[in-house]
Amino acid sequence: MPIDFEAVYALLLREIKIYFREKERIIAIMVSPLLFLFVVGRGLSGHSPVPGYTYQQFIFPGILCMIVLFTSITYGLYIIWDKRLDFLKEVLVAPISRSTLFFGKALGGTVGATLEALILLIIGAAFILPVGALQFVGAAALGALFSFLLVNIGLGLGARMNSMEGFGLVMSFLTWPMFFFGGALFDLSGAGPWLRLASYLDPFTYCVDLMRWVLLGWGAFPAGLDLAAVLLCTAGTAAWGIVSFGGLQQTR
Amino acid sequence: MDMSSSAPAIETAGLTKRFGDLTAVDRIDLSIREGEVFALLGPNGAGKTTFISMLCTLVRPSAGTARVAGRDIVSEGLAVRRNIGIVFQEPSVDDLLTGRENLQLHSMLYGVPRREIPGRIDRMLATVGLGERADDRVRAYSGGMRRRLEIARGLIHEPRILFLDEPTLGLDPASRQAVWGYIRDLRRRAGTTIILTTHYMEEADSLSERVAIIDRGRIVELGTPDELKRKVGGDLVRLRCGVGPEAFSGLDYVKEAVREDGGLRLTVADAPRHLKALLDRCPEVEEVQVRRVTLEDVFLKFTGRQMRDEEGGADSIFQRIAVSHNRR
Repeated sequence: MPIDFEAVYALLLREIKIYFREKERIIAIMVSPLLFLFVVGRGLSGHSPVPGYTYQQFIFPGILCMIVLFTSITYGLYIIWDKRLDFLKEVLVAPISRSTLFFGKALGGTVGATLEALILLIIGAAFILPVGALQFVGAAALGALFSFLLVNIGLGLGARMNSMEGFGLVMSFLTWPMFFFGGALFDLSGAGPWLRLASYLDPFTYCVDLMRWVLLGWGAFPAGLDLAAVLLCTAGTAAWGIVSFGGLQQTR
Repeated sequence: MDMSSSAPAIETAGLTKRFGDLTAVDRIDLSIREGEVFALLGPNGAGKTTFISMLCTLVRPSAGTARVAGRDIVSEGLAVRRNIGIVFQEPSVDDLLTGRENLQLHSMLYGVPRREIPGRIDRMLATVGLGERADDRVRAYSGGMRRRLEIARGLIHEPRILFLDEPTLGLDPASRQAVWGYIRDLRRRAGTTIILTTHYMEEADSLSERVAIIDRGRIVELGTPDELKRKVGGDLVRLRCGVGPEAFSGLDYVKEAVREDGGLRLTVADAPRHLKALLDRCPEVEEVQVRRVTLEDVFLKFTGRQMRDEEGGADSIFQRIAVSHNRR
């Protein structure tokens, strides 16, 4: 299926415009990562496995990934609403392939989640973990890459679901487990074998680990392995998302 | 694009859509000529929207086939979409964007050349009377304004085949006239094939060359508005004029003459033309009423039911708008 870049640009432009017009949402999404950072991070005063860093600093890369995770999956699942409320019809009857539609939506979500990550990165750099310019750029770039990976999952699921009840199920049985098993709050090497197995199967684990390499210079796996896992998952979820979009129909 | 002039714009064979136990569209065979204005007339829930949703590739048929602009709606969906435009019954404009932005994004999605976009937007907004509100967010528009924006959007890429699903639902009479004028103009100027669904009789009557009466997913009658009206038998003439029904026997244009409410009720073919001859047979005329046959009568005759529920339709559109406000 050919990709029409003008149309991708149009879809992206729409998402960006809408993103900036819903300022309440930008703020609302920041709340739980900030709670984790400042309540769990400081209040629990857990042990940091990385020498020279506090626990709060240790979990910061994971929380940065968390905001990307939640923003991206939620964005993707919004397509269920769009299907029910006729907003999607307009793009479904447009003369663009489903892969064009998919990439337009996915990039739109990626931009939104990356902007959220940037805000948190700036807050973190100011109050928690000082970062160099190169680290800043690296973390932002990774945020965008992870976001694309995760938006693909949200869009693919959203395209296949017809009711908003599915939204809660995905959040409970996918998003939160991905976050907890991803090791954002703990060091994997100290975890039990079952927890570790679950973590190895969770793509979010490699996102968190790679982000730690960039911000802390430390990770549980080799950085190359993390990057390979993330890229592989990104390609896989994009392909799956496009297939899911192929079957997209108006629902009533 | 690669359609010869003799090929129909739309051709369906046994087109069917089932939702569980409900058969929304039931084996419809239909052929619509290029350049024709065609109306699907029926009450809410008759299957009109599902039928055109299939033709627009939004809903996959359960059985049967259809070709739009010569392309198969299932296997060549993208090619079908290149040739069509649609104005939805329910609002699908983005309410966080302005009217102008909605049209801009639509034009980009439909591959309208960049240089032409601003000019076309201004022309379309002027046509639907939204020029002054172009840069307000759609959230602040009334229901009627949203519909006019939808119509502008469906037309801006100048499709060869245009679907209008209840195009004037919820519009005030002046806006309705403006939309009708634009539809006529479009057909005349660009030769656009237009398929509209409506449950307004006068809309089908005044705009379309042919009308299909659709009820419970099936086409129950098909023809020009005049043909359909002729099938009902004729116009209704009520007379109070001091004679009995026998005064009109032997006239071939009087189909029926019966006593009713102390007067007479005649069914007359083409009443305006024969009215003078009828009155000449009356010694004195107390009262005359002529009611021309309408598509309403046609509908009643072929389905055994009244068209109903105009209010329901209008309600549902406003409910939709209310829901869309609360969406995010």
